[in-house]
Amino acid sequence: MAAGTAMETMTMATASEIAAEEFSAVVTKHRPQIFRFLLSSTRDPDLSETLTQECFLKAHRNWGSFRGDSSAMTWLMRIAINLQKDHWRNRRLQFWRQTQTHAVNLDEASDWLPSGERSVEQQLLAKERVRQVGEAVEGLSERQRTVFLLRYVEEMELSEIARTTGLNEGTVKAHLSRALARVRAELGGRR
Amino acid sequence: MNFEDKIDAESGVGKFADELGELDEAVSNFRLSVRAWSDAELSRPRAVALPVRRRIWRLAAGWALGCVLVAGSLSGGVYEHLHRQQLARIAADRAAEQQRLAAQERARLEEEDLLAKVDSDVSREVPSAMEPLAQLMAEDESK
Repeated sequence: MAAGTAMETMTMATASEIAAEEFSAVVTKHRPQIFRFLLSSTRDPDLSETLTQECFLKAHRNWGSFRGDSSAMTWLMRIAINLQKDHWRNRRLQFWRQTQTHAVNLDEASDWLPSGERSVEQQLLAKERVRQVGEAVEGLSERQRTVFLLRYVEEMELSEIARTTGLNEGTVKAHLSRALARVRAELGGRR
Repeated sequence: MNFEDKIDAESGVGKFADELGELDEAVSNFRLSVRAWSDAELSRPRAVALPVRRRIWRLAAGWALGCVLVAGSLSGGVYEHLHRQQLARIAADRAAEQQRLAAQERARLEEEDLLAKVDSDVSREVPSAMEPLAQLMAEDESK
């Protein structure tokens, strides 16, 4: 009887160790992508870092209940999207709090474009275009922005976006279409 | 499936190849820019921000502002209530005063009527011997 209990305790300890190792691997693998999505969405590195940490904290707490129906990435991205929504909602409600954000302006954000083998003129033009895309993305609704970033920055498939956002594929396509039209109009209008 | 085909399939618009080429390039550059920025931010050492004290101050200031707002609205309501009560009292006092004056006026008129009646009654009780004289006085008064 005692031997059985010891065995069970050992098995449980081993299982939790395995789970911790698994989760650690998941964090290492997916943290850059989650951070990148939040950064592109908020343009605030500090906020993105905080939300990324909250995302993994929440994931860690619920890791036991993750059944693997969707990929870990989809699950984590869904948590990140919800955290971001909650953050903005709380921000709106707590109107008396300092409204200062550390969002980087679009000019600064577009400076990160790798120069490649382009001429100076081409680089400037490309940066200007990136800035315009950034402006258009900023002007999108929350849902359109999320769908656009998941598709064109994270390069996720439509079905995966649908699973992540909880929308059906048709709705995802519609949001994407409107977002692209907005970006196209922004690029066309500034020519 | 290349980018243009994707856009074509997703947005249902694929007529303008030049425009799409430009859009393709702009979106690709946007992606590259975001990725480079994200990689740089991830590798940047980050100090822990926001000292707790500032948060506490903010919280305290938030509560103080909230309390001031609540107190202000409550005192405003109470003031308004008292002000209305005072106005109602003044109006009631005025109405009572007017009623009192009207009653006084009525009493005065009644008294005058009574006195006039008494006078006329008394005047009739002039002795008959004095009647011609009384008539003469009445005639003089009427002239």
